[in-house]
Amino acid sequence: MTARNINAFFGKVQALYDVNLDIAGNRVLAIIGPSGCGKSTFLRCLNRMHEVAGGTMTGTVELDGQNIYGTDAVLVRKRVGMVFQKANPFPTMSIFDNVAIGLRLTGGVPKSQMNDVVEHSLKQAALWDEVKDSLNKSGVSLSGGQQQRLCIARTLAVNPEVILMDEPASALDPIATAKIEELIYELKKDFTIVIVTHNMQQAARVSNTTAFFYMGKLIEFDETKTIFTSPKQKQTEDYITGRFG
Amino acid sequence: MSITPFVPSWQYYRRKIAGATMLALCYLSAVLAIVPLVLIFFYTINRGVSYLNLDFFIQMPKPVGEPGGGMANAIVGTLVLVATGSAIGLPIGILTGIYLAEFGNNKFAYFARFMTDVLSGVPSIVAGVVAYGLVVVPMKHFSAAAGGVALAILMIPTVTRTTEEMIRLVPHSYREAALALGIPMWKTTMQIVVRTAFRGIITGILLSIARIAGETAPLLFTALGNRFWSTSLDQPIGSLTVFIYDYAKAPFEDWNNQAWAAALVLIILISGLSLAVRVVTRSKFVQR
Repeated sequence: MTARNINAFFGKVQALYDVNLDIAGNRVLAIIGPSGCGKSTFLRCLNRMHEVAGGTMTGTVELDGQNIYGTDAVLVRKRVGMVFQKANPFPTMSIFDNVAIGLRLTGGVPKSQMNDVVEHSLKQAALWDEVKDSLNKSGVSLSGGQQQRLCIARTLAVNPEVILMDEPASALDPIATAKIEELIYELKKDFTIVIVTHNMQQAARVSNTTAFFYMGKLIEFDETKTIFTSPKQKQTEDYITGRFG
Repeated sequence: MSITPFVPSWQYYRRKIAGATMLALCYLSAVLAIVPLVLIFFYTINRGVSYLNLDFFIQMPKPVGEPGGGMANAIVGTLVLVATGSAIGLPIGILTGIYLAEFGNNKFAYFARFMTDVLSGVPSIVAGVVAYGLVVVPMKHFSAAAGGVALAILMIPTVTRTTEEMIRLVPHSYREAALALGIPMWKTTMQIVVRTAFRGIITGILLSIARIAGETAPLLFTALGNRFWSTSLDQPIGSLTVFIYDYAKAPFEDWNNQAWAAALVLIILISGLSLAVRVVTRSKFVQR
């Protein structure tokens, strides 16, 4: 995926200034920065969720060479999935239905295949063993970490190419966080992942490349190792070492 | 610091007495509020239950002077009128509620919301008059259809308002999650958002049905009333409420007793609906 000249606005307030970024396939990109620097806004520009929140933007985002702003937003979101900060499984549906609903409402697969798809998605999300005997229980009866993995399974079921994660583990305890991080490590074999995180140690553990945002601008973008050991920009170094943010 | 022993002072007692007095007043008010309801229930049961028998539900009204007879046509009439009113009012109300909740930030929506509020304050007899002008006059006769239209007018504001409120209560995160999966907007609204708000919407529907089942004035010159069996939308039709009105003011004691029985049936019907609301809204699947 490539993003070029992204300027994003909420009404008259500008949130992103001329951002240019390349996202390599089958790797994990971490986006770090202090609160309010535009990380989530940028993420939402990548799957056209920014406009759902009432924002506008200029610039292009290309997925495999195709501008996602020229085509149907619904099709884009099937290829670029999103996991949110607070796990939000649909409360009126069972675990099985939660995972299946994305497929059911976007074209659907024959009933015979649905069971396999759900099982496969739950296995990919490292949740199958824990819920395989209680697929009919309510989606919200699980613990926080399990709910987040359920949301990941739900996103995986529609088979996207890119998965965007907006601080997926910030509401979870350390053990659940570790499980999510392991999951991301496994998933990058099959998917491209972009993760926004407040937690710099998490970014260092999980990602291949890191982008540092500050006040709506992309300050530095490099291999994770480089960013955390020898950053080129002073602002980056200040943030990494904790002088601000 | 040494602990001084607690010696109650006059301020302490004054506070305790004031508290107890207010509590007593609250309890008393609650009792007073329940008294009319209890009175209605027990008095109606007392006066009506002895005239409630199987004949009442199966037989047609008999001519004056002949004992017995029933109000089968009135019961069926109420059901037909409520069904007709719901068939018109529920789709309009629910879809309007969905529109106002999901797309309701423009001038037209503000206007529609305002008009809905105005409509909810319209007296029921005015709704009857409007239905008279709209349906009875062109058709040149009274009909159950006209009665249904009058009831629908009364039903729409309640259903719209409740549906809108319930849908607004659905957290935005569910909409976002559904859209992020690639689900189109209209499917998100109908299949995810409405499904989440479903229980609340049902409550609104049941409450509005309970309301129109008890309406009398709008039926007086739309459905008119019918002493004979009829289920046709094209003809005047009887109803429990108009039946009570006619029979209660009649000079025949036999008829008055039947009116009491009808009142009892109506109260049971409406209480049953309210009970259904309570059953529907108890949480069994949705846990937090």
